[in-house]
Amino acid sequence: MIAGGMNDAASINTDLLRSVFRTGKWWYLTVLIAGSVMLAAGAAFLYQAYVGIAVAGINRPVYWAFYITNFVFWIGISHAGTLISAILRVTGAEWRRPITRCAEAITVFALMIGALFPIIHLGRPWLFYWLVPYPSERGLWPNFRSPLAWDFFAINTYLTGSIIYLYLPLIPDLAMLRAKSKGIRRRIYSLLSLGWSGTPLQWHRLERAVRIMAVIIIPVAVSVHTIVSWDFAMAIQPMWHSTIFGPYFVVGAIFSGIAALIVAMAILRKVFHLEAYLKPVHFNNLGLLLLTMSLLWFYFTFSEYLTGYYGNEPAEMQIFWSKVSGPYSPLFWAMVVCCFIIPVPILAFKKLRTITGTLIASTGIVIGMWLERFLIIVPTLAAPRLTFNWGHYRPTWVEILITIGTVAYFIFLYAVFTKLFPIVAVWEYKEGIRPPHTSMEPTQSEATAAVSAD
Amino acid sequence: MADAQTSATPRWGMVIDLDLCTGCEACVVACHAENNIRIAGDDQAARGRSVNWIRVERYFEGEFPDIRARFMPVLCQQCDEAPCEPVCPVFATYHSEEGLNAQIYNRCIGTRYCANNCPYTVRFFNFNDPVWHEPLQNAWNPEVSVRSKGVMEKCTFCVQRIRKAEMAAADENRPLRDGDVVPACVQSCPTRAMSFGDMADSSSNVARLARSDRATRLMDDLGTKPKVVYLKGLREG
Repeated sequence: MIAGGMNDAASINTDLLRSVFRTGKWWYLTVLIAGSVMLAAGAAFLYQAYVGIAVAGINRPVYWAFYITNFVFWIGISHAGTLISAILRVTGAEWRRPITRCAEAITVFALMIGALFPIIHLGRPWLFYWLVPYPSERGLWPNFRSPLAWDFFAINTYLTGSIIYLYLPLIPDLAMLRAKSKGIRRRIYSLLSLGWSGTPLQWHRLERAVRIMAVIIIPVAVSVHTIVSWDFAMAIQPMWHSTIFGPYFVVGAIFSGIAALIVAMAILRKVFHLEAYLKPVHFNNLGLLLLTMSLLWFYFTFSEYLTGYYGNEPAEMQIFWSKVSGPYSPLFWAMVVCCFIIPVPILAFKKLRTITGTLIASTGIVIGMWLERFLIIVPTLAAPRLTFNWGHYRPTWVEILITIGTVAYFIFLYAVFTKLFPIVAVWEYKEGIRPPHTSMEPTQSEATAAVSAD
Repeated sequence: MADAQTSATPRWGMVIDLDLCTGCEACVVACHAENNIRIAGDDQAARGRSVNWIRVERYFEGEFPDIRARFMPVLCQQCDEAPCEPVCPVFATYHSEEGLNAQIYNRCIGTRYCANNCPYTVRFFNFNDPVWHEPLQNAWNPEVSVRSKGVMEKCTFCVQRIRKAEMAAADENRPLRDGDVVPACVQSCPTRAMSFGDMADSSSNVARLARSDRATRLMDDLGTKPKVVYLKGLREG
C-alpha cells in the first residue's frame, strides 16, 4: 500500500501530502491573523470573567443571546462531518472518498468550539466543572433533570466519538507520513500510527472499526442536536415549548453542516490545488443534499410558525409578530432569504449547481442559520409574559469579538490540521480508484479465515 | 392533614390585595434594606441590570382620557411546581421542606437557565460585583449574605425572619403563632395590602384571605401552583 510503485499512486501522494510537507507564506499569514484574532477573543473572555458578564449585552430579561446562539450554531456546524461522512460510508457512496476527512475534521473542531460557549456564557465560568459527576467534597451530583446536564453528556459523547471516528481512518495515512518524514515529526507520526504496518489483519480490523463507528455515530449525532433543542423545548416559554424542536434542530444542524462543508471544500480546493480530487461532482452531489435540507428546513419552519399562528395565544403571538413584522423582522426575512430564497433556485438547477453556485448558496445558509438560532433565542426572552418586563438586546464589543474570535479559532485549528495530516484520506482515495481490493481481498479473507480457524 | 396543626410543617404563603395597593413602593425599599440588595446605578439599570426582588408593576386600563393606573407588586411566587427548579444543572435552586423555592448562591454557576424558565421574570442575576458607596455598607443586614458577581438571586420570603421566628418559638417551647413571621415588604406596607403566613393552617389570616372570592393566582393556568395569592375586586370599586 505504502510502497505503491504505481505512477498514479506516486502522484496522488505528492498531491495530497503537499500541504503537509510544504509550507507557503499564505499558510503562515493565515495562522498569524487567525491566531491573533483568537488571542484577542481569549483576552476579551478573561476580561469578562474578571469584571463580570456585565460587559456583555445580556440583561434581564434577555439572559441568553450571542453566546448561546454561537453554541447552537457551532454544534449545528459539527453535524457536517461525522454525520455526513458516516451516512455516506454506511450507504457505500463511492464519491465520498475525498471529502470524508475534511468533513470529520470540521466536526471535531466545531464541537470543540461549540462546547466552549456554555462555559464562556457562565456567570462564574471557573466553576464549569461542577457539571461533571464526580464524588466531590460538595457531596452533590449534577441535577440529571436539567437539560444542561444532558448537554454536557451528549456533547462529550459526540466529541469523543468524533475524535475516534476522525482518528481511525487516519492511522494508515499516519503510517505513510511516518515513512516519509524525519526527526521529531517522524517520532510523533510513529507514535500516533500505533505500529501500523498494513497487514491484512490490521486492515480487516480497521475497516470493521470504522464501519462500527460509522453506525454508532449517526444516532449520537441525532441525539446531540435534539438535546440542544431541548434546552429550549423543555422550557415553558412561548415559541420555545415546541414538540418539533428536536427534529427541527437536527435538520437545521445537518443543513448548516453541509453548507459549512461545501465552503471548507471550496477553500481547500483553491488553496491546496485539489482540483483533481474535489471535483464538480462532489459539489453537485452535496448541493443536491443541501437542496433537500433547504426544503426540509423550510417545511419545519413553516409548520412551526403556522401552528403557532393558528394557536393564537397572546404570549406566543407577541413573539410571532415581533419576528414577522416587528423589531426582529429584518433579521427574520434575511434568514428566509439566506436559507431558502437564494439557495433553492441555485441548487435546483443543474446549470447553477456549480462550485461557485453551491459556494454562494452555502455561504448564505451559514449566515442564515446563525440568524435562525439568534431568532429562536432572543425574541422569546425579550417579551416575557408580564409585559411590564419587556426588554431588548444589543451585543457589546466583547460578545462580537468572542464570536469573531471563535471563527478565527476554527480557521486556526483547520490550518494547523492541514499542516499535520493530509486533508484528503490518501488510502481511502486510492482504494476508490483501484479495482476494489485487487491484491488485498484474497489475502485478507485468507488471513481472517486463518485467524478464525485457530 | 385535615386538622390545622400549627406544629406541622408550614407552607408559607402571601396574600396581596391589589384593591388596597397604592403603588407607593415602600415594599421595594424595605426589601432592598432588609436583603442587602445592590443598587445597580443609573447606567446599569438602564441596561436592564437593576435588582428588585419585589417590584410594583404598573398597567394602564382604559383609553385616554378615561384612563386608570393599576398596580401589581410582583415577587417570586414560590411556586410549588416551580419551572426554575428542574432546569438548574447544579441544584442551586431547589424546593425546601416548607415549600420555599430556595436559591443557594454558592452553588450557582450562573447558567441563568432558571431565570429564562421563570414565567414571572422574578429572578435577578448579578452581572458584576455590587458597589456600596460609603457609608452604605454600614446599613447591611448582618443576617443576609451579600451576593457576588455571577450568581442568581431572588425573593426568599425573608427566610432569615422565618428562621428567627422559628428559633424564638423553639426557645419559648411553643408552636409558631400566626403573625410571628412578617417579611419586610409586608411589614412596611402602609395600606396593609400584604399579609404573610402559613397556608397549611386553615385558621391563619392568609388561608382565610386566600379563600376569598376575590382570590386569584398569577398565571396559575401554567400549572406552576404559585403561593402568592392576589385579591382583586370583580368590579371596579
